Parts: sequence; C-alpha cells; structure tokens
Amino acid sequence: MSEAKKPVLEVRNLSVRLPKGGDRVHAVEKVSFTVNPGEIVCLVGESGSGKSVIAFTVMGLLAKALKPDSGEILLEGENVLTASEDRLRELRCTRMSMIFQEPMTALNPVMTCGEQIDEVLSTHTKLDAAARRAKILAILGRVKLPDPERIYASYPHQLSGGQRQRIMIAMALVLDPVLLIADEPTTALDVTTQAEILKLVAELQESQGTGVLFITHDFGVVAEIAHRVAVLRWGELVEMGPTEQILSRPEQAYTKMLISSVPSIHPRHRGEQRDTVAVLRTEKLGKNYTSSGFFQKARVVKAAVDVDLEIRRGETLGIVGESGSGKSTVARCIARLIDPSEGKVLLGDTDIATMPAGKLRPHRRRVQIVFQDPYRSMNPRITVGEFIIEGPMNFGLPRDEAMARARKLMETVRLDPNALDRYPHQFSGGQRQRICIARALAMEPEILIADEAVSALDVSVQAQVLDLLDDVRKKFDLAVLFITHDLRVAAQICDRIAVMQNGVVVEHGKTVDVFTNPQHAYTRSLFEAAPGRNFEFARVA
Amino acid sequence: MSAITEEAVDSASIAAASAKRKSLWLVAIRNPNVIFGGVILLAMLLIAIMAPFLGTVDPQRIDPAARNKKPGTEITYRLDDGQTAKRIAIMGTDSLGRDVYSRVLYGARVSLAVGVAVSVISVAIGMVIGLVSGYIRWADGIIMRIMDGLMAIPGILLAIALVSIWRAGLITVVFAIVVPDVPRVVRLVRSIVLTVREEPYVEGAISVGTPTWILMFRHILPNTVAPLIVQGTFLAAAAILTEAALSFLGIGIPPEIPSWGNIMAEGRTLFRVFPHNIFYPGIFLALTVLAINIMGDGLRDTLDPKMSKKV
Repeated sequence: MSEAKKPVLEVRNLSVRLPKGGDRVHAVEKVSFTVNPGEIVCLVGESGSGKSVIAFTVMGLLAKALKPDSGEILLEGENVLTASEDRLRELRCTRMSMIFQEPMTALNPVMTCGEQIDEVLSTHTKLDAAARRAKILAILGRVKLPDPERIYASYPHQLSGGQRQRIMIAMALVLDPVLLIADEPTTALDVTTQAEILKLVAELQESQGTGVLFITHDFGVVAEIAHRVAVLRWGELVEMGPTEQILSRPEQAYTKMLISSVPSIHPRHRGEQRDTVAVLRTEKLGKNYTSSGFFQKARVVKAAVDVDLEIRRGETLGIVGESGSGKSTVARCIARLIDPSEGKVLLGDTDIATMPAGKLRPHRRRVQIVFQDPYRSMNPRITVGEFIIEGPMNFGLPRDEAMARARKLMETVRLDPNALDRYPHQFSGGQRQRICIARALAMEPEILIADEAVSALDVSVQAQVLDLLDDVRKKFDLAVLFITHDLRVAAQICDRIAVMQNGVVVEHGKTVDVFTNPQHAYTRSLFEAAPGRNFEFARVA
Repeated sequence: MSAITEEAVDSASIAAASAKRKSLWLVAIRNPNVIFGGVILLAMLLIAIMAPFLGTVDPQRIDPAARNKKPGTEITYRLDDGQTAKRIAIMGTDSLGRDVYSRVLYGARVSLAVGVAVSVISVAIGMVIGLVSGYIRWADGIIMRIMDGLMAIPGILLAIALVSIWRAGLITVVFAIVVPDVPRVVRLVRSIVLTVREEPYVEGAISVGTPTWILMFRHILPNTVAPLIVQGTFLAAAAILTEAALSFLGIGIPPEIPSWGNIMAEGRTLFRVFPHNIFYPGIFLALTVLAINIMGDGLRDTLDPKMSKKV
C-alpha cells in the first residue's frame, strides 16, 4: 500500500526561463505538484499559462530556447532534468509517454499505423517480429479500434480523427508506462468523439494504474475526467485541489473568475419574443460540391440539403453541429461568400441566392459576418481604422464621416477610439474579435453572422465577447445568426437553435425546448457527449 | 477585472510588437549576407557608372600593334593628335589589340543592365498575370496552359530564333531571357494568391462590398512583394549568366560592344596561350552572380522566413 502512495511524478519548484524579449521572464515559475499512480491530474489554464511548457519539460522535449533554471522533476524518484539524452530516450514510452492535440500531425503519414507502433517496440524491447505483432494487435483491440488487422495496415489518412487519436493512445500505452501526459488530446475532436476518447483514457488508466497528467483549457473536460486540478496563470500555480473542490468552491479570485466564465449548459431565460417579420429566410437552401477530373466520375458532396431557416429582428438563431455538418456552409451561402447550388436566400423579399455579383453589391451591406480566427480575419498590413472604414467607404461614405463612425463604434465595442491608427498585431485575440464586430456594425447591417466567432478565444475573453454580441444585438435590433459547435455557448446566447448533421437540419426549435426535451436521436447524443454536463460550476454573484 | 489585466498585458507587448514590424527592412539590411552581397554589387554598379574615369580607354578601339599582350605589358599607342603615349595594360589586350581592362569595366554596364531589366520586366509582367490567374478562376486554366507552353521554350533557342529575325542587340537578349522567366514568376504569384484569397480577411473584404480590383491590389498583392523581391534577385543572377552564355555563343550582344560574354568568346580561340582574356571577365561575372545570389539568400531569410524553410 505504501508503494502505491509514492507519486509517479513529482514536480518540485520548477521554473523555466523564457528567451529574452518574451512577455515575461519565466514561462513557468516555481510550480510544484505531484501525480500519483492511478490518478488523473488536470493542468488547466488559458493560452500562455505555461501548461504545455510543463508537459514538454517533463518529457525532455522542450525547445532549445527555453531552459529550466531551477527545481526538479522526479519520475519515480529519478530526476529527468539531469538525465542524459540517452537515458531520456530510454524513459520515453517505457516509463512516460505523451499524446498530442493533433493526431494527424503527430503520426507519420508515410508509415502504416502498425509500423509506427512497431517502431516503439523494436526500439525498446527485444521481442521478435511475431511477438511484437501480437502485442500491437492486442493493444489496438484494447483501445477499441475495430478490426485491428485492417487498422495495423492502414495509413493515418485512412482513419478518422478519433481513430488516429486511439492509435496515439495505443502507441503511448503499449509499453505500460507509469505516466501518461495528454496535451489537449481532445481539443481537435468533435464532441461525441471527445466523449469516447475521454472514456477510453479513464478506463485504460484505471485498469493499468497509470498516472495521467492531462492538459486542457476546457473546464467541461476537467469536470469529466480529473481527480485533481491545478490551475495555472502566467506560469504560476494559482490553486490546486480535488476536482470537486476547485470547480465548486474555488478559493482564489482568478479561479473563481475563470470558472464563472464557463457558460452554463442550462439555457438562460431570454424573455418572450416579439412577433416581428423575418428579415431573412432560406427556402430549400442547398450546396453541392462537385469534384471531377478528366478520367474520374464526378463526385458530388452535399454540404447542405434543403435548409429552411428564418431569423427575425432582435433574435439570435444558433446553428449547432459537429465539424462537417454544414453549418458554416449555410452561413457562407447566406453571406454569399459561396454560391448556393439550389434554393432561395430571401433578404426581406429579395432572393439573393442566384443574384449576379454586380446586382448583389448593394445587398452585401445588409448581411455581415464575423469569422472564427481573430488572427487571420484582419489584414495585417492596414490599420484598424482603415479596416473599419473600408466597408462604409465602399458604399460612398466620405472618409471623415466614416472615421467618426469608426470612433463611435470602437466605444460601442469597449475599445479605445484612439487605437484606430494601430495595426492588428498590437491587439489580443479578444480585442481583434471586437474590432471585427465593430467593422461589421459599421455597415449598419440587418443580419450579423458569427461563424464560430468565440471558439478560438479563452473562456474569460469568450464570456466578454458573448456579452458584447448580445448587447449590440439589443442596441441595434440585429438579427444574429450564431454558428457554434459548443452547446454551452449556444445555451447562453441563442433564442432558437437549429441542429445540423451531415448537411441536414435535424431539429429546430426554441433553445429551452431543444435543451430540455431534445426530439432527434442525434441531438440527444450531442447533449450526452457534452463534457461536464452533470456538473454545476461555481457561480460568482 | 480580467479586462483590465488584458489591457495591461497588451500595452506591454504593443511596443515590442510594433518595433518588430517596422524594423523588418532594417533587419534585412543588417543581415551579413545582404551586406556582403550588397557591397560587392554596389562596387560593380560604381565600376559600371564610373568606367570612363577609371583609367580606361575606348573599349572598342582596335590597335593592331598591341595584339595579345599579357597583363602588365607597357603599350605605346598613338593619340588622335598624332602624338604617342604610353600606358600599362593591367589585364592585357585581346587578339584585336583592344584593352581588356577597359572592356571588362565597360562590360559591367551590359551585364548589370541585362540583370536589372530582366528581373524588373519579368516580375512586373509575371505579377499581373499571376494575380489575374490566381484570382479569376475561369482565366486560370487558360493562362496556366499558355505559361506551361512558354516554359517549354528554351531561352537560348528562342534567342537564336529572335536574332535571326531581328538583329542582335540588348533588347533582343532581354526579350529572349524574359519570355521563359515570366512563367516562373506567374507560378510563384499565383500560388501565393491562391492561399491568400482563402484568408478570412479577404472574404471579409468581399462581404463589405470591396470592388475586385481594390481587393486584389490592397489585400492580396502586398503579400507577394517580399517573395517577389527574393525571386527577382535570383532572376537577375540567372539572366546575367544567360546573357554571358548567349554572347559567348555569338548570338547575344554584337561582338564589338564589350560584354563579359563577348570578351570571353573573343578569348576562346587563344585560351591556352593567353588565358587572361577569359580569366578577368570570368572573375567579374562569377563575383557579380555570387554577390546577387548571396544577397538574395539573405533577403529571403529575413523577408520571407516561410520560403527559406522550404527551399
């Protein structure tokens, strides 16, 4: 019993120095924690909090520019910071292993999955080929991949994202390490796949008694999987304790703020809707992608099929669904960034679905869109001011007036109007997203499309941008089309919700109805997969 | 509370970030490769411009009495007013008695002119065609097939054909080198346009009703500038070499006009006995091309880090 109590990983007073010119001196500063056998410890924090740096330091995979300058990392009592490169190579996979965020880039595309696991075995064991193969097929079975023989001979691109992540897990666990480090392993996956992977990790670590260091930014995932949680901020450990205590009764102000920013999965009461006329309707909207070559039969992919939607003034309609469900396709058809293949997009009484580019221009200002990636949605070469006034000036507004409007809008989105002559790189992700909202508003649109507009943001910033979106909706009486994969976000901001799967709207109704009484099997499976759905996060009044 | 801290972090990073962006060109100028190449190139340029004042004589003047003199020989020659004068032929004379030193210095003019003209013209034409090809979908197939056709024409054969139709001269040579170079620029620009046109900020500009031509010149074109500068330097180096090759083959610049290729062609027959005829222009040619290439490498490393990783 005393054997089991000994931690597999002990990080003591670890500090990692950032190269000169960084935004702070240390990436990680005086962090101490332990991981016990059979325990899942979550490192949670916003981007730049140093959580991945800790993981890479433990594995000895830190970039050369970063140097641990104090502390020790004990893996079963052995300090890996002072271990030689050869010793580290021996330790990896046999005693500690790691899985990464993006399984496609973590796997070698020109080797079959079986060969890649085989490489681990032939490097670290003296087993013969037949024994290695048997062991690989066994582990593929244990990570619940169907038909291990076929998977063994498959290349990574032939598998789905979830299957690839299972291969990574199989590779990591094939030699029964005592420590598994998982760096955001489910962030790139759909919510239903994420639920399966989380379940798998939990099962495997329980049966093998592996200690898991799980890195995530998602408190839903934390609630789902963690035994203990460590909250990081700017490289410092803010608070650590059992999951239930940290999530329900956090002590530190920062943890409280973070946790109360996590949107609740229970829909917010949004008041009665007014019966206004729909500003936008789609009728049987469809989009097909055809790929054809000289000698190939044309392949048609239906990205959206018979989509009927309706948005009224002052209301937010959410489209939720997993990747590839067609939700962004619908948004882009409505904004006419792509041309719909069939059906109608009615702006008031005008059908813009098939309108030629020349005639379309006056209607463009009526529909504005905010994109997901705040770092790519602004031209890095022009100032924020120029960025905001571009649209109004296209429609003939004189420069002075456009600038005056831009200053006003900067105040509306709670940014300093004097920042108009700065360049995009001088703003953070959240601030850029506000600027994009200001630019959309500068066009005085009737409909604002937010295409995963808060998905790339940290949870605290996300809460602020969501508030802002709701405020401008009320202030300008906008119709908002909100595209998201995150049910929690949808619950908080949408009046009505359409659930999409494989290009089809499978369910459509008031948010409260869809959340409390989902009709379609797919909607139910989405809700069941939502991480931490049974957990009530602490609310700060 | 978090809003305040976010601001605080930002104001700290803003200064550093803005300094970083503005100094990109300064960094480029400080790159040792750029300095090295730039200094040599500048020296070549000065030599070309100042040729008449660097102790040269008329590079086309034939002096039968002073044929095939080795470097350092003292030559007596007759001035226009009938008097005689003496000077040392630093690089010797060729088989028509022309001063190699003067010819090499004047030859820098032709080489640099060809290098600059070819890179500027092919980049300018290639940029416009590449932009159209990358942005206007239906034009892409047609334009790129034409470019594939142009690329299949060997520059030297084209030059021979052109010289036989027109007459040999600088313009013919530049034209013959530009034609196969244009498709290379077009491909580069097109590939950049194809990626940039999918950027959300370009789609954002479309959604606020920005006309296509503003879109192309304001949002897409600036992305091509840095790679094009880099590509331009490599084109210039290659063009100088091709011009020398064409002149060497006797299908480039007329033989009486001094160009490095011409001087070497002239010295070819007596190369074993009088190697200086090929040695000196060869050194200048190699040094110039090397300088341009090294400078191009340095510019690529600083202006276009993504490309430097690929190449």
